[in-house]
Amino acid sequence: MAWQWFHRLGSPRWFYEKTTPWLPWLATLSIALIVTAAVWGLAFAPADFKQGNSYRIIYIHVPAAFLALAGYYIMAISGAVGLIWKMKLPFMVMKAAAPIGALLTFVSLVTGSIWGKPTWGTWWEWDARITSMLILFFLYLGMIALQQAFTQRDTADKASAVLALVGMVNIPIIYKSVDWWNTLHQPATIKFTSKSSIDPSMLYPLLMMVIGFYLFYALILLLNTRVEILRRENRTQWVNDLISTTNKRA
Amino acid sequence: MKFQFESIADFIAMNGHGPYVWASYAITFAVLIFLLISPLLQKKAFVKQQIKQQKLAQANNTASEATE
Repeated sequence: MAWQWFHRLGSPRWFYEKTTPWLPWLATLSIALIVTAAVWGLAFAPADFKQGNSYRIIYIHVPAAFLALAGYYIMAISGAVGLIWKMKLPFMVMKAAAPIGALLTFVSLVTGSIWGKPTWGTWWEWDARITSMLILFFLYLGMIALQQAFTQRDTADKASAVLALVGMVNIPIIYKSVDWWNTLHQPATIKFTSKSSIDPSMLYPLLMMVIGFYLFYALILLLNTRVEILRRENRTQWVNDLISTTNKRA
Repeated sequence: MKFQFESIADFIAMNGHGPYVWASYAITFAVLIFLLISPLLQKKAFVKQQIKQQKLAQANNTASEATE
């Protein structure tokens, strides 16, 4: 019976019903963390001795970039699980993850570009980190396009899962780009294996924002997956019942 | 923990970095709000469409029963 949870995970209905009570908690907690961390980072964290106040962009740039990458893992792993175990739900998660990932990558590129102007004196530089992030953005766009390129749901899912897996090669390149190539981009600020190169007074709001972004990501991934579940299961009895009860309540 | 700026005007100016910082935050929050609202609207649209279809199906059923 140890594997029961795994098989249940393949059931869209079970997933939909289980995640319903999580939504208000995730929403409250993530919004509270993001707002607090933004105020802390903008107004109460000390200015950087070298970059002055422009460094405050770090509080949204780094969390957005983290989630752009984490979102890719989630998308590719869901695709792999869907391909291997032939489950429906992982493909829905994969499809839901693509537009979110694309927008978060866009945010990290744009905020990075804006941060680059006062810090490096340029909006854009074709260096390794920035270029590999741009490729990540195109991979996400490719996922969205591929989902819509097939009329057959099944084919679209399989093809985009393969694309997501092939695109995984880009992920280590992004991580290592600041070490492998001589680049304008500063090396990682938060390190898990050694001491971080950032003062605690600046680090705490950043960590808070990262946690807030992760929870927010979980929330919007759930919301998008749930819509996708409803769309794909729209002919089933449970969705029909769900619609009737919401109709009566409204 | 102390407010890092002399005044609110100082806070907005951020020593000349204001436009960069505020633009970044504005774009980010606009995207976050969009990400939150978009699935909610999609769900609403889906429910609306389903209700319409259910009503249509019911109307068809009663119509076919009446002709029998």
